[in-house]
Amino acid sequence: MIAYTLRRLATVIAILAVMSVAIFSITQVLPGDVAQMIVGQFATDEQVRAVRGRLHLDDPVHVQYLRWAGGLLHGDLGTSMMMDRPLGPMIREAIARSAVLAGLSLALVAAIGIWLGVYSGVRRGTRADRLISLGSYFFISVPEFFWAILAVMLFTGYLGWLPATGYASLDEGFWNWARHIILPVATLVSGLVAHVSRLTRSSMIETMQAQYIRAARAKGLPESVVIRRHALRNALVPTITVLAIDVGLLMGGIVVVETVFSYPGLGRLLIFAIEQKDLPLIQAGILVVTAVYALANLAADLMYAFLNPRIRYGSAAAH
Amino acid sequence: MAVPPPTDVPRARRRRLPTGLVWGGSLFGLIVIAALFGPMLAPFPYDRMDIMARMTPPDAIHWLGTDEFGRDVLSRLLFGARLSLLMGLGATFVSLLLGVPLGLAAGYKGGRVDEAIMRGIDLVISVPPILMGLLLLSLSTPNVWKTAVAVGIIYVPIMARLTRAVTLEVAREEFVLAARARGERLWYILAAEILPNAWPPIIVEAALRVTFAIMLGAALSFLGLGVQPPSSDWGLMIAEARPFIDTAPWVAIAPGVVLCLTVIAVNLIGDGLREVLDPRLRQVRG
Repeated sequence: MIAYTLRRLATVIAILAVMSVAIFSITQVLPGDVAQMIVGQFATDEQVRAVRGRLHLDDPVHVQYLRWAGGLLHGDLGTSMMMDRPLGPMIREAIARSAVLAGLSLALVAAIGIWLGVYSGVRRGTRADRLISLGSYFFISVPEFFWAILAVMLFTGYLGWLPATGYASLDEGFWNWARHIILPVATLVSGLVAHVSRLTRSSMIETMQAQYIRAARAKGLPESVVIRRHALRNALVPTITVLAIDVGLLMGGIVVVETVFSYPGLGRLLIFAIEQKDLPLIQAGILVVTAVYALANLAADLMYAFLNPRIRYGSAAAH
Repeated sequence: MAVPPPTDVPRARRRRLPTGLVWGGSLFGLIVIAALFGPMLAPFPYDRMDIMARMTPPDAIHWLGTDEFGRDVLSRLLFGARLSLLMGLGATFVSLLLGVPLGLAAGYKGGRVDEAIMRGIDLVISVPPILMGLLLLSLSTPNVWKTAVAVGIIYVPIMARLTRAVTLEVAREEFVLAARARGERLWYILAAEILPNAWPPIIVEAALRVTFAIMLGAALSFLGLGVQPPSSDWGLMIAEARPFIDTAPWVAIAPGVVLCLTVIAVNLIGDGLREVLDPRLRQVRG
């Protein structure tokens, strides 16, 4: 297990190293002059030159990259061009707020999705099962940003229960904080629950046909124990992989949801950076998100290996 | 597109088509008609503003009402169908165009080629999908083609991995061995022996990718990183209608509902195709 962990950790580091080069080159080598693009086409030559100087754009590309990457290794993410503030604290605050959204959503997605999947899986073909299947089909087909807008229409416009946008920290009172977070979290959960429940359902159905389930029933165990102690544990292995994939989808969802609800997290910050063409912020932001994503995948892989010993001793290359 | 081997055609015909496929196909057909003939069917030009009729609720003249510039929502929807389909099909086409050859090469050649391709793919996968889109679209002015290509690139790894897996299975079959023994050229084996037998799962996956691409494209347009105004992409229409959802909800709801219907239609087709092609899938897995 330790060797496997180390091997996967090395992969993550390698991926981040290569990604830092890729992000840097994509943002630098895009067609057109970066400085010109930042100040706009009506800027004077002095303005363009000033931006070039501030971003050190006149240095050779590899010098620019090494300066940037060297800063990253020292924990210096650079300075925002638009706000003229160091990016480190700004990104850290934004990540903390996004992590609250992501953590709550993922926990709810796992809990509700697994419960629904098991519930409909053991009742295959019943009316409840078909209702859940139909519901999840519907939920999968509605894009997050449309859910968000429908939710705002209903809970803000029509009912007036919850604020449409904004954020309140926990210091401003629990209910105040919760009011601002309910709609974003509900929107994020709505799309992903169907994913998890569909997969859990099919893997539950498959597991319930296994020989050891028949054996457990034959020795007279009550059905609830058969499900909880014998079936669930094996049925959940593929669900964990899907949860890891969902982390990627969740990150996309967070960008959209934070934009719709003006929630000051990392997704909103990234969109702001792109709108303002704040180059250092774009680079740092995307690299940070990639790092978080890589770590989330690493965690999922390790959990998977922990639950399924066959992976641990197989070749890492196959995964 | 690959034509399935003749022996399987009668069997597929004899079976009743799944209801989902019929419903999805009909719904999708309507959307394709809107995309092809939208400009002719639309009662107004998609960008004709009418200051006197701003945000009018649906009535006899404007069946789905008008937006904040007095533009006819129905006309904009019909024009937008083309953009959404272009995005969904275009992106899927790009992912097939790049992913299938990569997967074939990795699966059939194996060894160092396989290793190089798969590591490259791991790298693309290591960026969350929407971020890849943001990264590719962040610094130049996006348009529908750039967005479609960006979304397509995001899905290349999935296509390549799938093609590789199927190729590995098919390459073990005896008819491939026979072709090699006959001394057929590499491209012939790949194109005439392996590809026709690897298609079914790839088609099913491609159908699924179309819905993901439509949704991701709409999300990018919604974020301002896809189709640009005054075009009437559905995601963009929803974004533009956002400030007015209290006073003119129809402007946001209409494109949203159409978007969902499109996604449901393609999903139904994908599931239906899976049902129809499944027996062959099992045959391939042998």
